[in-house]
Amino acid sequence: MKLWKTILTAAALVLANGASALAARDLVIGITLEPPHLDPTAGAAAAIDEVLYANVFEGLTRIGADGEVLPALAESWTISDDGKVYTFKLHSGVKFHDGTDFNADDVKFSLDRARADNSVNAQKGLFAAIDTVEVVDPATVRITLKNPQSSFLYNMGWGDAVIVAPETAEINKEKPVGTGPFKFQNWAKGSSITLIRSDAYWGAPVSLDKAEFRIVTDAAAAVPALLSGDVQAFPFFDPDSVAQIQGDPRFKVVIGATEGETILSMNNKKPPFDRLQVRQAISFALDRKAIIDGASAGLGVPIGSHMSPANKAYVDLTGLYPHNVDKARELLKEAGLENGFKATLKLPPPPYARLGGEIIASQLRDVGIDLQIVPVEWAQWLDQVFTKKDYDLTIVSHTEPNDIDVYSRKDYYFNYDNSTFDKIIADLNLTSDEAKRMTLLGEAQKILADDAVVGFLYELPKVGVWDAKLEGFWENAPIQANDLTKVKWTE
Amino acid sequence: MTAYLLKRLAIALITLVLASMVVFAVLEIIPGDPARLMLGMNASADQVELLRNQMGLNAPVALRYLHWAGGLLSLDFGRSYTYSVPVIDLVRERIVVSLPLALIALALSTIIAIPVGLFSAGRHGRAGDTIAMGAAQLGVAVPNFWFALMLIYLFAVWLRLVPAGGFPGWSAGVWPALKSLVLPAIALALPQAAILARVTRSALIEVLNEDYIRTARAKGLPYRAVLWRHALRNAMIPVLTILGLQFAFLLAGTIIIENVFYLPGLGRLMFQAITQRDLIVVESVVMLLVAAVIAVNLLVDLSYAVVDPRLRSRQ
Repeated sequence: MKLWKTILTAAALVLANGASALAARDLVIGITLEPPHLDPTAGAAAAIDEVLYANVFEGLTRIGADGEVLPALAESWTISDDGKVYTFKLHSGVKFHDGTDFNADDVKFSLDRARADNSVNAQKGLFAAIDTVEVVDPATVRITLKNPQSSFLYNMGWGDAVIVAPETAEINKEKPVGTGPFKFQNWAKGSSITLIRSDAYWGAPVSLDKAEFRIVTDAAAAVPALLSGDVQAFPFFDPDSVAQIQGDPRFKVVIGATEGETILSMNNKKPPFDRLQVRQAISFALDRKAIIDGASAGLGVPIGSHMSPANKAYVDLTGLYPHNVDKARELLKEAGLENGFKATLKLPPPPYARLGGEIIASQLRDVGIDLQIVPVEWAQWLDQVFTKKDYDLTIVSHTEPNDIDVYSRKDYYFNYDNSTFDKIIADLNLTSDEAKRMTLLGEAQKILADDAVVGFLYELPKVGVWDAKLEGFWENAPIQANDLTKVKWTE
Repeated sequence: MTAYLLKRLAIALITLVLASMVVFAVLEIIPGDPARLMLGMNASADQVELLRNQMGLNAPVALRYLHWAGGLLSLDFGRSYTYSVPVIDLVRERIVVSLPLALIALALSTIIAIPVGLFSAGRHGRAGDTIAMGAAQLGVAVPNFWFALMLIYLFAVWLRLVPAGGFPGWSAGVWPALKSLVLPAIALALPQAAILARVTRSALIEVLNEDYIRTARAKGLPYRAVLWRHALRNAMIPVLTILGLQFAFLLAGTIIIENVFYLPGLGRLMFQAITQRDLIVVESVVMLLVAAVIAVNLLVDLSYAVVDPRLRSRQ
């Protein structure tokens, strides 16, 4: 056997042709989904930001590793006393990757484009409060809001709000041109996207020379890709495969938090889910620990309302509906459903939904609710569940940050309607006092939990795996992005 | 012969037209809106409508079908909704992976299967036959994704002879590109070879029982010569049929292997286009594949005539 290995290794050396020794400042990062295109201002796919956010494109502000708002292209700003006028002072000497200068005109162009009537920006709501964008001088922009909006600076940090140049806006889908520390080099469709360092970058220079995002769709293929050294980092790794890597000293495994509240959504207008007792019964019937163990390899933090435990405003409401089968049966009896009932559970493709769905179906069977599992694709889910609201129950992770306001949206797929809650969200939008905001956010969480609007399950974990010699990756995912600006090889 | 050829061609054309209708109709019926998929959960209904208009999705079905089918006639395959590039460019990028892979796998499969079939048929019922066919049975039974993973762990992780997956592109050089296709080709070829070997064997055994074989033996021809010159040629028709089917499968049915090796092939392009409801890409690629399958079948039909002179003379 040993002889064999020697012979084969010798053959390997011949085959390798002396090439492939990776330069120490290059990095290959594995991603599971390929972006449909490379323009963050024209699509909702998280994969776009996973490649480009903070690397190629920058906005006025940006979101940091812990979800905080940081200055980006705007070096500073002032806010008028009435909270309606934001004056941004821009960095000077900033250039787009095509060599043209960045200035206030580009800011006005980008924001006006995103909020225009014919805009297909996937997060158009971020710009809804903007009344006017004025160029004061090439380095100053004044934005006037229709009403004060406490989340405005945060909103401007989203990938959908990055600044693009008028000359290149239309070709960004294929050849993105931004102001970031990396510039786009090549996209081999289906295979990989390569970024290289931009030497003309205005800010702190990055350590990596080249970053290649390689598309590895299959979780089973991700492990050998790491072990063989083909890929050196998977910032979003499959929780179920992590056990195979965990003991290996060559790799670092970092379990962090995302902004993904994973919930058992209920159609609040469809009987019997229109009744509080039924929704509460379901909440009592859920055993969150068993769900996390089975659907997420034991990783993930239980939640009792729609808020990430990593968020400052988080209130622990997991004690409101502890796992209690007797209580659940009692509530169903009160609702006149002591013989149980039948319903459907539509499950989109991610493993948290498909695996979690089977566990939840068995837990609800214990209290007499007989669920028929219907697996659906994303396209079907968006069509039937999200748009047409043709569903009883479904499981999905709401990955947008700070998105408790979705429960106040009219015609949202939960079919939830509570004017007290809507009032709180409206107040929240106008409140900038931090302490008051925390109180309001606490109340909002409490209402959702009391109403048992949906079954609150757990916060989706972010499992990151990378070469032990690498540092600077985000541990948590306050937004779905792979910020490479601080990533470097330590030796 | 000409009549035979013309009839085949006419059938091929009708099949193409029918296939285009079926493909278009199926994609109309399945639920899912490409515009909503692109804009995600935070976009308003008005915005989705706006994008649908921009993408031309709100035109009547018949009009869209005619527009697309008309484009196909002038070899214009349309533009991808999600990638917003011409479909033909996407196909060109993928075919340079899928076609060589299919050809290598097919060659490997044939090189393995024909000798094994000959060997087995020649030892019909004896130990060698039993062992060879047992191995073939195993080859059919082993799931190819598992076999592929075993290959990866052995040759990429342990021995580091080849990359664990991915495709560097032909621009990186012929050798690196071929290296990344070796394992997938083996993983694809083995189950195909197993099937082909079994077909070759049973076709040969049937032929070997024919009178003319006995006659050939009786006139003193050595067994080897009989096997190669008379038996194999007569057994070729079922073998060619299977080869034709296998090529069609290898061209686009390799999604599992493409996923395990994360190769940018046609199978994955199709799969991705279906999940993203990139209707134009799905429709056009399916049509290209239908055309390829029909062409291969036509070739197989013609090759019957080459191996079987009776088909040539029969009018």
